[in-house]
Formats: sequence, structure tokens, C-alpha cells
Amino acid sequence: MNFQFTQTDFFVLRPAILLCLFGCGILITDFFIEARQKFFNALTALIGRGFTGYALWQQQSYLKANGLPELVGLSGAITIDGFGIFFNWIFLIATALAIIISTRYLEIEQEHHGEYYALLLFAQTGMVFLATATELVTLFIGLELMALSFYVMVGFLRGDKRSNEAAVKYLLLGAFSSGMLVYGFSIFYGIANSTKLADIAQAISSRDPKDPMVFLALATTAVGLLFKIAAAPFHMWAPDAYEGAPTTITAYLSVASKAASFAFLLRIFQSPLASVRPTWEPLLGAVALLTMTLGNLAAISQTNIKRLLAYSSISHAGYILLGLVSGNQTGLKGIAVYILVYTFMNFGAFTMVVAMRNQKIIGDDIDDMAGLMVKRPAYAVLMLIFLLSLAGIPPTAGFLGKYYIFLSLIQTQHYYLAVFAVLYVAVAAYYYFRIVKVMFASEAVERGEISDSAGIRVALAVSAVFTLLIGVYPEPFLEMAQRSLFASLR
Amino acid sequence: MHPITTVHYLFLSAALLLVGTIGVLTRRNIVVILMSIELILNAVNINLIAFSRQLGNVNGQVFAIFVITDAAAEAAVGLGILIALFRNKETVNADEVDILKW
Repeated sequence: MNFQFTQTDFFVLRPAILLCLFGCGILITDFFIEARQKFFNALTALIGRGFTGYALWQQQSYLKANGLPELVGLSGAITIDGFGIFFNWIFLIATALAIIISTRYLEIEQEHHGEYYALLLFAQTGMVFLATATELVTLFIGLELMALSFYVMVGFLRGDKRSNEAAVKYLLLGAFSSGMLVYGFSIFYGIANSTKLADIAQAISSRDPKDPMVFLALATTAVGLLFKIAAAPFHMWAPDAYEGAPTTITAYLSVASKAASFAFLLRIFQSPLASVRPTWEPLLGAVALLTMTLGNLAAISQTNIKRLLAYSSISHAGYILLGLVSGNQTGLKGIAVYILVYTFMNFGAFTMVVAMRNQKIIGDDIDDMAGLMVKRPAYAVLMLIFLLSLAGIPPTAGFLGKYYIFLSLIQTQHYYLAVFAVLYVAVAAYYYFRIVKVMFASEAVERGEISDSAGIRVALAVSAVFTLLIGVYPEPFLEMAQRSLFASLR
Repeated sequence: MHPITTVHYLFLSAALLLVGTIGVLTRRNIVVILMSIELILNAVNINLIAFSRQLGNVNGQVFAIFVITDAAAEAAVGLGILIALFRNKETVNADEVDILKW
């Protein structure tokens, strides 16, 4: 076998290469930057974002111009298709937003270091591979690159006990789940004599679906993947990691890491495991139901807003899983729309929590938002938009995501799941409106001052605009979601 | 004398996986939990090498080297985080790491 690094390989890898270069570049230039001017690192990271975006756009237009469904590089290790490009755009947007909300926050925390931005870029490199790799080793390395960057970022506030604790818990459970996942991968390799997903799919479909080896591979892989998306009963790390992490990282973790893990999960379940669908479909249905139940019920009693949003994001993972359970075109399109919408609305909500952090308080208590309507009406209204969207109330975008998921459940006759999914929307509305009530009806408190910056304002505006825009004018976004489906389903 | 076959290795690796999982779930010392995670990754390596030998295909060995590298990186980050925790809390016991709770 003679392997040469071709033009196509370079073209396929370019976004990841640029991200790595800029990440390493920040680590070097950080030495020459004085403590007060650390925001230059953020600027470098944003420029890196621009280059990556351009490379991504080139890939997209190349596919479109040549009418290709996909572009395979590196002897089949990486496949650039509509699915990968769609998710890459989400990672790009989420990372850019995370960079611009971080500068002010890190100054308040007095932990403004260059490594932070480098780690953001490295995490995104891992995500790029998670969304585009079609080979087990590449997927595994991408996953670990993302996960290791996140362990460090969650524990970034070295002097803060809560941050330390969150990092330890996230690390132990994350490493354990990676171990499980890669155990499943090793069995896949044994079954197929190849690490390429396409070969594995073929090998599994030619085997008896009741084969214990296939089941073992399915079970361990599923456990690992469900850990990563924080689905019950493997969700326990999420509330702790979300609460203890720096809030900017919580926002990034809840959005980008979840989208990347879902991209990974969708590819594994729809490519190599597609032929054993009868085995995993009821299993995933049960997990999705349990996830929605636990997430929604546990969120009711929370007083810490980061923890509340953590449980709410667990329940959202349950809704997204339902789209895979129904598995038809509507459902998978629904997943893409849901993840896109979730990116903006959840990021917006967490950005508000970031803005609540000031010199005196952490700002993650729900009561810190008391009387926000009187003090800063613009912020209160923005938060209201995000919360309405999270609850899934029209005309916000959250409604659209849920609508497609419910529709697909009914089309595929999963009536019980649909009934529960709709019922839990009411439960979710209750705890989201608790925050609204505190903001609009309670007396203003002295300590809850907003510390905003240009970056936070831009991030809030972008999130709010898209949350509303996708809700009232969904056509271009639905078309994007349609293009993100795998070729076999389109 | 029975020859040692791939199946034997698979049982060995399954046993290691089990030991590692039980270790993660029951041990309270965070360093020991990290070691149990290493056991799981070594179970994976045994699997990969056994399959590689059986199938006459080198991919498994390459994969194993990547898994070893990842285990090293994970241990480095894990111990780094643990030292940061120990500086603030003076403990490596998982039961005493309990500020974050509902």
C-alpha cells in the first residue's frame, strides 16, 4: 500500500490544520503579551476563526460546484459531507461566541491566560474530527482531543474549589466513558478486520443480529456515547461540571460539546450500527424517556441557575434522542434543526449568567436576577426570549425544533413517547417561568449588577436574533438541515 | 496442551474491563480510580492486539499505540487536576469532594 499525501487530503484537513496552527500560535505569542493586554489572544483566536470559516466555506462550495455528495480524504479516514459541514458551522459559531464573551469574565476572575483561547481552539479541532471522521482511530483521537481540552478548561479557575471539584468529576467519568467507548471500538475492529466505518457497517449487516459480539460492541459503544451526551442514567457528571466550571466554559460545553457528541453518536448509530436498529431502537427510546423525566423533574427544585440549565440541557438531549428513535427523514431533520436552535438559545441563556458575574458575586443564583426588568429591561427581555425558546413556545425557534421531533414520532407511531414528550414541555415551562417571575415580578436586589462588555452584547444580540429568526423565517435553516442528512436518507 | 487462542485473550480483556469498572464504581481514592481507568484502557489494548494477531492486520497495533498515548495524556491531565484539587482541599478521597450537590 503506498500512501501519499495528496491535494485532496490537504483540502479536507485544512480547517483542522488552521485551528491547530492558531492554537499553537496563541501559546507562543502569549509570552510576549503583557498581563493587561491578554485580549490580543482573543483577537488572534477570532482571526483564526475567520480563516477556518473561509476554509470551511471553500469545502462547502467545492461540494456544491461539483455536485458531489461527499469528498473522501486520507484513504477514507475523513469524509467531508453535508452532515460534517453543517456541524462544523455550529462549532465555529459556538467557539466564536465563547471567545467574545470570555475576555471580560476572565478579567473578573483574574485568570486571564493565553492557554484558555488555545484550549478553545484545540477543543474545536477535536470536534471537527468528530463530525467528519469516518474511521475509528481518527474518531477516538478527535474525541479525546476535545475531552482533554474540556477537562482542563472546566478546572481553569485553579484557586476555586468548585472548579477543581467539577474538573475532577468530569475527568473521572469522562475518562471512564471513553474507556468503555474504545472497548466497543476494539470489538468493532475484531468483527470487521478494518477500522473504517463503511467496512464495519458491512461486516455487522452480514452477521446474525443476535451475535453476542455485536451486542457487546453495541452496548459498550452506546454507554460511552450516552455518557458524552449526558443522557440518563449516565448524566450525573453534567450538573456538577456545569456548575463548577467557569460560566463561559459552561456555555461552550453545553452547546459545542453536546453538538459534537451528537454528531458522533448519529454517525455511529446510522452507519455501522444501522443494521442492528431493532436492537437499539427500544433501548434508546427508554433512555430518551428516562433522560427527559430525570432532567425535567430534577430541574424543578434547583436554585442555582447554572445547575437548572444543566438539567434542562439534559432534558433537551432526551428530546434530540427521540429524533433518532423515530429515525425517519423528519426526525433526523428535526435533530439538525434542534441542535442548531439549541446552540443559540442555550448559549444566550448562559451568556446572561456570564453577564451576572461581577466583582462581588458569582451571579449563578436565580435570585441574583431579581428585578432585572426594572434595572436593565433590555437584558430581561433578551433572557425572556431565550427562556421562551428553551420552553418551546412559538414564535421562537425552540418550538420549531420540538415540532419536527414530535411530528416524526407520530409519523413512526411512537405515540407513548410523543405523549410523554409533550407532557414534559409543560413541566419545563414551569421551571423556566420561575426565572421569568424572579426577573419581572420580584423586588430589585442591590448586588445583581450586570457587568457587560462589547463581546457579551454582541453574543447576546446574535443569539437572540437567530433564536427569533429561525422561529419566524425557518425556510433557509430547514434547507440547511435537509442538506445535512446522510445521502442515503435524502 | 491447549493452544492459547484469541478467545482466551478476549476473556482476559473482558475480565480486566470488569475489574476496572468495579474499581471505578467502588474505590474512593481518586488516584486508584484513575488506575482503574488505565486498566480499562489496557483491556482495550489486549483486545486490539489479539485481534490484530488473529486477523493478520496491523491496524489494531497502530490503534493500540494511539490508545496508549491517550492513556498517558489522560493521566497527565488527570494528575494535574488532582494536584490543583489537593492544594485547595488537602484530600484525594472522592467522598470528601462534595461541594457540588443539590
